Amino acid sequence: MSFVTRGFSGRRREPDTRLPPGQTLVQDWPVLSAGPTPHVDTADWELTVQDETGTDHRWSWDELLALGVEDVTVDIHCVTHWSRLDMGWRGVSLDKIFEDVESEHEYVMAHSYGGYTTNVPLEDLLDGKAWIATEADGAPLDPEHGGPARLLVPHLYFWKSAKWVRGLTMMPDNDPGFWEQYGYHLYGDPWKEERYW
Amino acid sequence: MSAPSVTLGRSRPRPAWHVATVVETRRETPTAARLVLDVPTWPGSEAGAHLDVRLTAPDGYQASRSYSIASATPAGQVVLAVDELPDGEVSPFLVRDLRPGDQLELHGPLGAFFVWRPGTGDRPVQLVAGGSGVVPLYAMAAAHGAAADPAPFRLLYSVRTPDDVYFADELAGLAGPAFALDLVYTREAPAGWPDAVGRLTREALAARTVPAAHRPHVYVCGSTGFVETVARWLQELGHAAADIHTERFGGL
Repeated sequence: MSFVTRGFSGRRREPDTRLPPGQTLVQDWPVLSAGPTPHVDTADWELTVQDETGTDHRWSWDELLALGVEDVTVDIHCVTHWSRLDMGWRGVSLDKIFEDVESEHEYVMAHSYGGYTTNVPLEDLLDGKAWIATEADGAPLDPEHGGPARLLVPHLYFWKSAKWVRGLTMMPDNDPGFWEQYGYHLYGDPWKEERYW
Repeated sequence: MSAPSVTLGRSRPRPAWHVATVVETRRETPTAARLVLDVPTWPGSEAGAHLDVRLTAPDGYQASRSYSIASATPAGQVVLAVDELPDGEVSPFLVRDLRPGDQLELHGPLGAFFVWRPGTGDRPVQLVAGGSGVVPLYAMAAAHGAAADPAPFRLLYSVRTPDDVYFADELAGLAGPAFALDLVYTREAPAGWPDAVGRLTREALAARTVPAAHRPHVYVCGSTGFVETVARWLQELGHAAADIHTERFGGL
């Protein structure tokens, strides 16, 4: 139903085919969070993956890094219409985390320090598509950007890349997380503009 | 995709596309404009909600931005207050070029977390605004006044100068026994202003907000630096993290 708004020309630039629809390129890194920023020391940090038997698989900060940290360059897309391209990150692939986890369940709820949650299908976290990220732009992640560690799932809208991640719980159904309960899309593919449901 | 197992917030209107016609634009502050939009299909919105504005150029180029809704408006009308960002792409057009009769696309209402609903209890509500972050908080104060809700309301509003106050007349009109307005001027105050001019401090925050012992719901909106600082101070002053709702400008 789009129509031309009188007088609007926009900023003249070549269309960037790497930008999903409705997104604008930014150079800075905006912050969006629902509440106060948790401050978690890496000495106290722990990641727990819980399967359907109730078994907890745990990693301390040092144990996480010992799994092998890799450099990745990815584009990120926030549902509030900004994107960053070719952003440098460091983190541990979730393939390494899930190597020793046996589960029949197809969905994952990510839990954060501070209480935030978000739901992601397991297949979207495997095969080199997602990381536990500890650095961005060449420096340790600031708390306001989710440090010491956040989920990084760059092919989905960025609210799926849970800040301050502390746990992943396997679940049989695609139950909605925090923003999803408040009307954001259950899956969140930026190329299909799956912003809200 | 399985159906969500929760229905939280589903009583609110579903987000949808709407055609808006500009009824009025006026200067709100030296850098911001108030836009009054006629939107016949608009279902109304909760106080604090936001929407997306989409503009289309003659060559098909589109730009979308999110804006807080400035009041808990009745169905059929939307009021926005847009601050012009230096080097912005959309906000300078909205602030400078938009005229009555122009049409825009809106998508919304959006957001069910950073909202206040009348009739949800007697706990006090503390609003803390930095600059143009007052917009969704003004909507809450207006909704509170319109509903004559019994929850005590208080707004602490940090602003550069008297000219930069959004909704100055409306806020002054709302002030009374049920709504306290506290202004902090960071650059310049009106003549005879009794308080120090300068950045908000933790002491001023403590002195001019509802004490943590009264368990207020707190809503903080402003720049990232403002929100980070205020939310940290609030926790140091004894407010529980779960009672502090935050919203920041996206930086676009």
